[in-house]
Amino acid sequence: MLMVSCITGTVQAAEVIVAVAANFTQTLEKLAPEFERLSGHSVTIVSGATGRHYAQIVNGAPYDVFLAADAEVTRRLEEEGRAVSGSSAAYATGRLALWSRTEGLVDVEGKVLMEGDFRRLSIANPRLAPYGQAAVEVLTALGQYERLAERLVQGENIAQAYQFVDSGNAELGLVAYSQIVGNAGNEANGSYWLIPETLHAPLTQELVLLKDSAPAREFIAFVLQPSTLELIVASGYGNPHVVRE
Amino acid sequence: MLFESDITALWITLRLALITVLVLLVVGTPLAWWLANTRWRYKALIEAAVALPLVLPPTVIGFYLLVAMGPEGPLGQLTNWLGVEPLAFSFTGLVLGSVVYSLPFVVHPLQSTFSGIGRAPLEVAATLGARPLDRFFTIVMPLSRSGYLTAAVLGFAHTLGEFGVVLMIGGNIPGQTQVLSIAIYDHVESLEYASAHWLAGLLLVFSFLLLLLVYGLNKRFDMVRV
Repeated sequence: MLMVSCITGTVQAAEVIVAVAANFTQTLEKLAPEFERLSGHSVTIVSGATGRHYAQIVNGAPYDVFLAADAEVTRRLEEEGRAVSGSSAAYATGRLALWSRTEGLVDVEGKVLMEGDFRRLSIANPRLAPYGQAAVEVLTALGQYERLAERLVQGENIAQAYQFVDSGNAELGLVAYSQIVGNAGNEANGSYWLIPETLHAPLTQELVLLKDSAPAREFIAFVLQPSTLELIVASGYGNPHVVRE
Repeated sequence: MLFESDITALWITLRLALITVLVLLVVGTPLAWWLANTRWRYKALIEAAVALPLVLPPTVIGFYLLVAMGPEGPLGQLTNWLGVEPLAFSFTGLVLGSVVYSLPFVVHPLQSTFSGIGRAPLEVAATLGARPLDRFFTIVMPLSRSGYLTAAVLGFAHTLGEFGVVLMIGGNIPGQTQVLSIAIYDHVESLEYASAHWLAGLLLVFSFLLLLLVYGLNKRFDMVRV
């Protein structure tokens, strides 16, 4: 502890363990160094499907903060007394996108879903991941769910759903828009359709404090401050505090 | 307690394990025979390659298979050239993955049985005029009963328990690639512990009975031989 203090120059450097929904991992990895620099604390990121995190928290996983992919599990954790009551707050609004690695395959109205000749459409597991649930809602709203059910492949979380498309094994995927934004510099971006938010229930992403400590509270304050929210919006999310029309 | 999808997953798993074992017995027999009899200097290379799935994390096998099955991978280009369905997210792809994953569990018991038979019975048969294939089917196979039983049951049981490879190349499609271990995982993650218990208990008892069968029968074979 003493050594860490000497290196970081703060009195109480601590580790904050953050469980994060897979869709937000890339964004958090960009935000965390700034928090570490400002606070002197270190952040450990544990990425996975929101449902899986919930199951592990219920069974005693040692996380300090949980950045979920919806507002449902944070409410449940608070109700069950597994999170600090009243600590939940929205930090982002998720956006879904229909994505293909192939240039020009996805049109701006998503007609490819209705008419396209493709074999596999990748989504996150709807039982575990809110983005998977939203994907099913979109397909249902478009009247395509039954027709496409046989072509769906499920990633264990949204990161795997994205990877199935990225590796070329699925032609299309309903992924988080933030993943497309986050990977924009890495390679050819293919084509995508940003899904209108009217086609699925809002993906309000909430965070919650699991274990009360000063460093964990500092981390939450950092995530919710206006300058961080701006970065979150720039990473492909909606601002949860702007009422949508 | 059990969903309809669980029953489907159970059947898929049994079918996968059965087909995998049949493929492995056909492929593994000549391979094990060759390994048991060859005097090739670099035999250790092949033995090490066969044993690799024992020590590699299933995610490594799954990752390589997924990349290989993709449109730019060698398997993806092969299926494209042949004009057949791509292997990723298909039952055939799972069979291929399971064959790789369970290979040593079938080849090793066969190899040690074949080695144990030695050359003497075969040389006697040869002097009596038996041709090589004839010798294999009338002498080696009957003498290798316990090896075949061990190989078949271990290959079957190991495939039943497969998880990492399927998670990476399966795509979790009910009725096609959703196997029992994945169904259990989904139940646990969704906090459906009752269903998870049913399936997990089923797999536990079944796997134990299979191993009991191997050890019990092998003991009998040994006694017969003595």
